[in-house]
Amino acid sequence: MPNTDHDSETLVQTEGKVGAVMVLGAGVSGIQAALDVAYSGFRVYLVDKGPAIGGKMSQLDKTFPTNDCSMCILSPKFIECSTNPNISIITSAKIDGIEGEAGDFTVTLLQRPRYVDEEKCTGCGTCAEYCPVNILDTYNEALAKLKCIHIPFPQAVPAISVIDPTQCLFALRKICQICVPTCKNKAIDFHQRERKLDIHVGSIIVAPGYEPFDPQRQSQYGYRRLRNVVTSLEFERILSASGPYQGELVRPSDGKPPQKIAWIQCVGSRDTTVDNTYCSAVCCMYATKQVILSKEHDPNLEAVILHNDIRAYGKGFERYYERAKKMPGVRYIWSKASIVKERPDSRNVVLRYRINGTEVKEEEFDLVVLSVGLNSNEGNRELAEKLSIKTNDHGFCESPKFSPIETSRRGIFSCGVFHAPMDIPDSVTMASGAASLASQLLCEQRGTLVEEKVYPEERDVRGEPPRVGVFVCDCGTNVARVVGVPKVVEHARGLNGVVHAVEETFACSVDAIAHMVETIKEKSLNRVVVAACTPRTHEPVFQDVLRKAALNPYLLEFANIREHCSLVHMGEKKEATEKAKDLVRMSVTKALLLEPLYRVSYNVTRAALIIGGGIAGMVSSLVLARQGIKVYLIEKAKELGGLARKISKTLEGEDIQDFLNDLIREVNENPLIQVHTETEVVNFSGYVGNFSSKVKIGKEGIIKDIEHGVTIVATGAEESKPKEYLYGEDARVMTLLDLDEVIEKDVDRFKDCNTMVFIQCVGSRNEEHPYCSRVCCSHSIKNALKLKEIKPEVDIYILYRDMRTYGFREDYYKKAADQGVIFIRYDVDDKPDIQTVEESGKSLLRVTVTEPILGQRLMIDADMICLAAATVPPAKNRSLSQMLKVPLNEDDFFLEAHMKLRPVDFATDGIFMCGTAHSPKFIDESVAQAQAAASKAFTLLIRTAIEGEASVAEVNELFCSGCRVCELTCPYGAISLEADRGVAVVNKALCKGCGTCVGACPSGAILGKYFSTEQILAEITAALAA
Amino acid sequence: MTRFEPKIVVFLCNWCSYAGADLAGTSRIQYAPNARAIRLMCSGRVEPYFILEALHKGADGVLVLGCHPGECHYLEGNYRTVGRMALLKKVLSQFGIEKERVRLDWVSASEGARFATIVNEMTETIRTLGPFEEKDA
Repeated sequence: MPNTDHDSETLVQTEGKVGAVMVLGAGVSGIQAALDVAYSGFRVYLVDKGPAIGGKMSQLDKTFPTNDCSMCILSPKFIECSTNPNISIITSAKIDGIEGEAGDFTVTLLQRPRYVDEEKCTGCGTCAEYCPVNILDTYNEALAKLKCIHIPFPQAVPAISVIDPTQCLFALRKICQICVPTCKNKAIDFHQRERKLDIHVGSIIVAPGYEPFDPQRQSQYGYRRLRNVVTSLEFERILSASGPYQGELVRPSDGKPPQKIAWIQCVGSRDTTVDNTYCSAVCCMYATKQVILSKEHDPNLEAVILHNDIRAYGKGFERYYERAKKMPGVRYIWSKASIVKERPDSRNVVLRYRINGTEVKEEEFDLVVLSVGLNSNEGNRELAEKLSIKTNDHGFCESPKFSPIETSRRGIFSCGVFHAPMDIPDSVTMASGAASLASQLLCEQRGTLVEEKVYPEERDVRGEPPRVGVFVCDCGTNVARVVGVPKVVEHARGLNGVVHAVEETFACSVDAIAHMVETIKEKSLNRVVVAACTPRTHEPVFQDVLRKAALNPYLLEFANIREHCSLVHMGEKKEATEKAKDLVRMSVTKALLLEPLYRVSYNVTRAALIIGGGIAGMVSSLVLARQGIKVYLIEKAKELGGLARKISKTLEGEDIQDFLNDLIREVNENPLIQVHTETEVVNFSGYVGNFSSKVKIGKEGIIKDIEHGVTIVATGAEESKPKEYLYGEDARVMTLLDLDEVIEKDVDRFKDCNTMVFIQCVGSRNEEHPYCSRVCCSHSIKNALKLKEIKPEVDIYILYRDMRTYGFREDYYKKAADQGVIFIRYDVDDKPDIQTVEESGKSLLRVTVTEPILGQRLMIDADMICLAAATVPPAKNRSLSQMLKVPLNEDDFFLEAHMKLRPVDFATDGIFMCGTAHSPKFIDESVAQAQAAASKAFTLLIRTAIEGEASVAEVNELFCSGCRVCELTCPYGAISLEADRGVAVVNKALCKGCGTCVGACPSGAILGKYFSTEQILAEITAALAA
Repeated sequence: MTRFEPKIVVFLCNWCSYAGADLAGTSRIQYAPNARAIRLMCSGRVEPYFILEALHKGADGVLVLGCHPGECHYLEGNYRTVGRMALLKKVLSQFGIEKERVRLDWVSASEGARFATIVNEMTETIRTLGPFEEKDA
């Protein structure tokens, strides 16, 4: 960041389109968008209104449905952003104005003063220890306190202190300033003022996220009045190991573990009284996650979830919900609840709810969690206004049909919850998609504003005797207060190979770094040990120092004497000093054995093979081809279009066929896209950047060889053929797609139809397909509304288990109900029954179903029945997965590398997926996913070479017995046996350097670079040598 | 008499348990100063030999901490560790070495307190067992 001397300045000026992108909002979607844009060759300004990046995801404990620790998966992305030279993080800033047009915007930002110099602050945290003012810790949802000068949360990026001027004694009353002299780096600066920044960018990605609904708007929940009523986000902090109670599940009133917790769903969602008619799309699942996690904390805990429809519609959600439901002591109760009172003695909360339709029950709980909805707030509205982009009635970003990422203004894209309530994988998907749209727009400016660091030519140190330099950081007082740093330096000096050892105050400060570079050169050091904080955040900083000093970056070794020593042994100075000495000795000993390492680079074939010519496959083809990539698009059917050929309109009334025909035309006209229909992959080999495939084309079966750098799987899904409810026996029983066709081509058939019955979940959420097909509830509503339009007097019944019209689709559910469509809930153990009956010379389809409120059997004589049949994966997924060596999930959909943060990637580099090959989804979701997959593919294809990891495995062929243990152990398929020579060979392009094969090799034939057996043994020996 | 202070070698994976130990630090959670950590990329890198060597070189106990099952950064490295440790423990008991001297456990990046607890527990366990002495084969 530039210095704070000026109040206004202009960053970057160029003519015409600008090769830079601004991302507004640095939650998980903003972060992902920033990374993808930067990897696509553009400069990025990542802007957040808060003092650190991370957004709401950083506050979550775990994520559904895998229970992955949220911070574990998110914080590596913080570091990726902060170390990327082409991403500038601008915090505490909001937009003031925008001028210009797509390709060339000037955005004016207002940045609040931090009162701490970002250049000088090292994040040591000493100031906070002296600050006398305690304020509410917003990261912990005000359940804890922190100091007025503070680092927002332990993993915060930037890890820089910030002062809250609304509570600072100096800012308010010109007294105190205690913090100022405690900072050894003189970083605290009360002279800072708000400043204006004018930034030129070609495109803007808007990702400001959401605000949780404030339950104080509805007095019936007693929120803030009753101590043991908390919001779901507060409960996340309570559950979190880094939360206000250190991960102890206790309640706020008395710090005691609750025995009985109730969750109230739909607080501020699907509620006309607060004007939030939409469904917040994530609450059912996060509540289910919280139930599962709470049960992990205390297996005897009783959990009651008071809910409306349970919307477990995403990949893996239904199984997760079933798992929670089956846990002992967990009750899901379909009921709206209200809070009656608080018991004055115990402060327990009494809830009242209705069961079985009529019976009212009161029940007491130790703790009540309000599952609050996701709202777009005033700030988002203001932001949209400033940017002149349209929002919908709910205050979320409006987008053109079939292009969810675009906004109403060209050059501005949106992603994440600002578009609509959605979960993390959908946000991340949209973020990558947004990056690809920005990248397309600015295609010709790619690479114009990015900087690559230039380093001096590396000095060859092989053969030199080790000359180790040890730099011991005292981190202001963070280390020095506990660890006797001079003693550690003295100890280091006496170690074998050490020629230089010195104490540094803030080794990571700009001055110290410059000095270190000089010292390395001056003293001809060829190994460097930094004894400071954690290598997880600071290794890149010091690797950079080595490169500046003409050394290979892998000649660096860290000793963590801060997080692992001084901060955790504060009362034991002597022991801590001894430990610090040991840690330094371990690192020096390992450093003696360090060798320069190099990343192996590979050429990239700038072409993509896309398997599947439905909407997803075509959209990703176009994204790539528009940016100059050669695409081979293969489709097994005679024509492009996939399943979408059978659907005429979306729920929102948009014409799918128009969209599809435009897409097909553009694909066919694009000279870079080679389409092969009636074509299948018959052979597949190679690795990222260098795949070779054989495809079999047409009836003649012509074999064609294709060389490609990436592969995208977009093989789609199908509607299943029901095996029940007289389907196939009686022509009046049809599936949703059959009905679509009738609506489109044969409206006359409704002439004699007076009663129509839809049956939901036919073939979904059962033993055969224990997943939800996601789209059928909305599909049925769409067709019901259409029928009502064609013939308003028709009686329509929808028999359902849970109506899963998540997000804004809820409005159509309500519309259908308002138009008289009758919804009857049925239980999976008491499914509807259909009989053909003859009455007064007319053949009728008699549907019998139990009405849940009255508990009585209801008979409906229907003229037509529509079955919401399951969406199923094509049978050929199996053979394709084996050929590509990529996994399927238990339902035979393709399985991504990580359910939350890598939703379109396979674990194998260079292979991606999109559309319904991943799981059932809507067209707009498929489009976003296709754009995301193309974005990921593109970031690989634009590289001149792909670099592998440096610390990879290497086989010593002399010792290799060819036993193949390593081959079986490697999760990346990076090792294979070379058949003729009988030895294992590592593909360095695929190796991630985990070292699992090294540990597994019975002959010790594999060398794990940077973590070699010799190096690890040296560390062990040194650790115990005191 | 001075209290026996065990020496414990800890193997940490870069992604979860090392980050958990870092969080213990930034959260200032205090724990016993007896452990010396060696960072690896994955707990799957830990060879049984390292553990035997640590004991041989003077460690009284060895901790191997990885990502929780299913959360391995390298997909399944920690499952390999589980298998190896089970086998190693069998070998240890055949050599008459208390199996409590070697402990495999899981610490996520958000479990600073858990990391501290495990180190404290291990320190106490080994303190009760007393120093490790190699018996003649």
